[in-house]
Amino acid sequence: MVGETIQSNWVGRSVPRREGVSKVTGRACYVDDLSLPGMIHGATVRSPVARGSVRALRFDDPSIPWKEFTIVTARDIPGKNVVTLIEHDQPLLADGVVNHPEEPLALIAHEDKYLLERARAAVKVEIDELPGLFSIEEAEAKRHVIWGEDNVFKSFQIERGDVGKAFAAPGVRIVEGEYRTGAQEQLYIEPNGMIAQWSEADGLTVWGSLQCPYYVHKALTPMFNLPDEKVRVVQLETGGGFGGKEEYPSMLAGHAALLARKSGRPVKMIYDRAEDMVATTKRHPSRTRHRTAVTADGKILGMDIEFLLDGGAYATLSAVVLSRGTIHASGPYDVPNVRIRSAALATNHPPHGAFRGFGAPQSIFALEKHLDRVAAAVGLEPEELRRRNFLKHGGVTATGQVLKEEPGLNALMERAMKESGWAEKRERFARENPEARVKRGLGLATFMHGAGFTGSGERNLASVVGIEGLADGRVRVLAASTEIGQGTNTIFSQVAADALGVDFMDVEVARPDTKFVPNSGPTVASRTVMIVGKLVETAALSLKQVLLDAGYEVGDVREAVRRYIAERGPLKVYSQYKQPPGVFWDDKLYRGEAYATYAWACYLAEVSVDTATYEARVEDFVAVQDVGKVVHPVLAAGQIEGGVAQGIGYALCEEVVWKQGRMMNGRMTNYIMPTAADAPPIRVFFAEHPTPHGPQGAKGIGELPLDGVAPAVLNAVEDALRDLGGGLKFSSIPLLPERVYETFVKGGLA
Amino acid sequence: MSGAFPVKCTVKCTVNGAAQELQGHPMERLLDSLRDTGLTGTKEGCGEGECGACTILMDGEPVNSCLVPLAQAEGAELCTVEGLPARAGRKVSEDRAALHPVQACFVSEGGAQCGICTPGMLVAATALLERNAEPTDAEVREALAGNLCRCTGYMKIVNSVMAAAREMRAGGNRAAPPEAGR
Repeated sequence: MVGETIQSNWVGRSVPRREGVSKVTGRACYVDDLSLPGMIHGATVRSPVARGSVRALRFDDPSIPWKEFTIVTARDIPGKNVVTLIEHDQPLLADGVVNHPEEPLALIAHEDKYLLERARAAVKVEIDELPGLFSIEEAEAKRHVIWGEDNVFKSFQIERGDVGKAFAAPGVRIVEGEYRTGAQEQLYIEPNGMIAQWSEADGLTVWGSLQCPYYVHKALTPMFNLPDEKVRVVQLETGGGFGGKEEYPSMLAGHAALLARKSGRPVKMIYDRAEDMVATTKRHPSRTRHRTAVTADGKILGMDIEFLLDGGAYATLSAVVLSRGTIHASGPYDVPNVRIRSAALATNHPPHGAFRGFGAPQSIFALEKHLDRVAAAVGLEPEELRRRNFLKHGGVTATGQVLKEEPGLNALMERAMKESGWAEKRERFARENPEARVKRGLGLATFMHGAGFTGSGERNLASVVGIEGLADGRVRVLAASTEIGQGTNTIFSQVAADALGVDFMDVEVARPDTKFVPNSGPTVASRTVMIVGKLVETAALSLKQVLLDAGYEVGDVREAVRRYIAERGPLKVYSQYKQPPGVFWDDKLYRGEAYATYAWACYLAEVSVDTATYEARVEDFVAVQDVGKVVHPVLAAGQIEGGVAQGIGYALCEEVVWKQGRMMNGRMTNYIMPTAADAPPIRVFFAEHPTPHGPQGAKGIGELPLDGVAPAVLNAVEDALRDLGGGLKFSSIPLLPERVYETFVKGGLA
Repeated sequence: MSGAFPVKCTVKCTVNGAAQELQGHPMERLLDSLRDTGLTGTKEGCGEGECGACTILMDGEPVNSCLVPLAQAEGAELCTVEGLPARAGRKVSEDRAALHPVQACFVSEGGAQCGICTPGMLVAATALLERNAEPTDAEVREALAGNLCRCTGYMKIVNSVMAAAREMRAGGNRAAPPEAGR
């Protein structure tokens, strides 16, 4: 057998990004850069109201030459009017009723995109408006029932030990708190876009900006009643996703395809920024309530957590976002008695969806914010309370998972404190703050992020990766996992090169195209390096084994591949995910091994708060994590730095302003993300304890950084202001200067 | 452009060193005019001058080409990302582009992730380095504050620009990094 030990010739090195040159020269082809002969442009007519019955759509404005237009409504859908995902509740085009602002009602296409825009505005939409639900509280109170019997998309309950007993234990203190997080826009710089082409002979082909080719494929086949082989999905260069191109591209692909089928011409649909922001998915807003029973010496005996998400108008991915948020809600702590009750509720907002972190940033914000309160209640420093409750090797999580690895949380926290100058700065800030207008503070958060799909998810996906030999002896990796900036092409090349013992440049990665690549699963859930990367490694080892079995010397694999193909013909092998032994999960009771492994981290923020302008700024940020073997130091640090900047935006400036379910600030002018001048130095450190589940020990990394930033920042803000009015409390994000000011006013300080 | 914009004009300008005539409605966005000629390296991120993905050089100054009407380009010297290698005096070969030091450093230092902000970032960084050969970290951040990046947190972008500045001061002639696959 080959591959007992793999030499790290490429993994661990910061080789140049595979598609780097095409990106810096402008040659990389994004969807809006592609034009097909005869192509026309498509646009979407959308609902002006949150909820109502559609009486009529009128295409009769006399200033528009309607006969030149292709017009599509729900009646033009040849198959099922549904965007297939988890539930089958979301229509491709609203048919009679609308459930959120901007819901698609009809589609129009024309070769002149300027005229198209005028025509879109000229469509008359007549709707009888119905009252809607616009908050978690309104959905909870069932003022109206808009989904199912109770507005609940999904609920979970996790129980460990006996929470009632823990809270009744003698001498425990009970600390309560309520925490809220707002919606957040993914704000990839390339808006959603898709091109579709239809022919009777070949069926449907779409090219687009997307994360999950096979999700789009799965959604298109029932819409058009087509067999699998008549639908082809091609991912083009994708200008960022962050979850925002996980499920929404299925909708957009369906729209472009309907117009292409009716017009008989290729159709391009590119959202402008405003449409992308107001109509597509965002991070779920949340409300979390904590009750914690803690002993006088800081041992947490019980946690009672209620975690609610605003799911928007359709189920989309809310059930799984809720699942991940629920499992992460009690954090990396060994608490003997835990109860977590959670629900995702329907409102008349546009559906909320996947966004990096996927529910965990919401519940971890609440927990890590709350733990500083718990620490204060028992007179401990924040780090000391955490230290007394960390999960350790052999410890048990809320789902009953016994940890088979040592998280090393204390070491990660010590490192973060040392790198930030915690001890010296805490002392100095305490001395200087009382006299200073601009006050400084430090805050930390310790947390984890499960890698791969939750519970039985990876078993059900059963992902497949292929690798094929090329005539010149190089090899090509075949996977549907997409490069969206995070480095898939580069990482897969490194992993395969090491498994085969060939040069990094002798591996190429096929463009994700469902006609040519197997389904390696969606590019989500921090699974690409660990789960799919492991499959790349396994497939590469199998290829080597095939060569050996056929009698070829594998001292020079490139030469062996070349000779094999010349002498015997095509050389292609596949590997499929198999659940490692001992991984057990009960979907009904929500107990067992929620994730094969976790990334562990401690993040530490230093902030300044100007008591005249009420602006909080992050001045320094230290991110220490264990993501197993670091496959590519530059890319890995880039993932963390980018995630931290997004987390700072989530914490301090990115506010979605809602009015009757509609986003009112759908522009980059008034939805503010951090610029180069706003972002602090972000200092990234890795501990590298390998996991057997990933290639050469690598774990998932992509989502982790979003989880711990916001609580570290808000803990630091509270630390900066702790000498004012007996301490000010900040429990919601985003913490805009207006919110800081309001808190000062309430505290009688402004 | 039949129905909405019947009026057309011809604008004479220089694009990446070559004389060119751009045709279109005088109020058409320069971004669209350039992309329609096949120069698709310049990207649209927001269409309102906030994100900087469409940054080009107009007479040496960085501008958001989504805010510049075509008519305003009359007589102007324009440079897009495709023109950067020539701007640094590099020859552009058929199979592998010789790169401007800023481009080369964005590859080697990890300044490009998804790549959509990259052309605008590169153009803005080039404008900075042409007027300030030895910028501080703060000056780089200030110069790039009109170019939004959602991937990097800006650390690797700042590193890339600083590395390019060093290389340009040293007059180094870095070889293009390798590219394969696609």
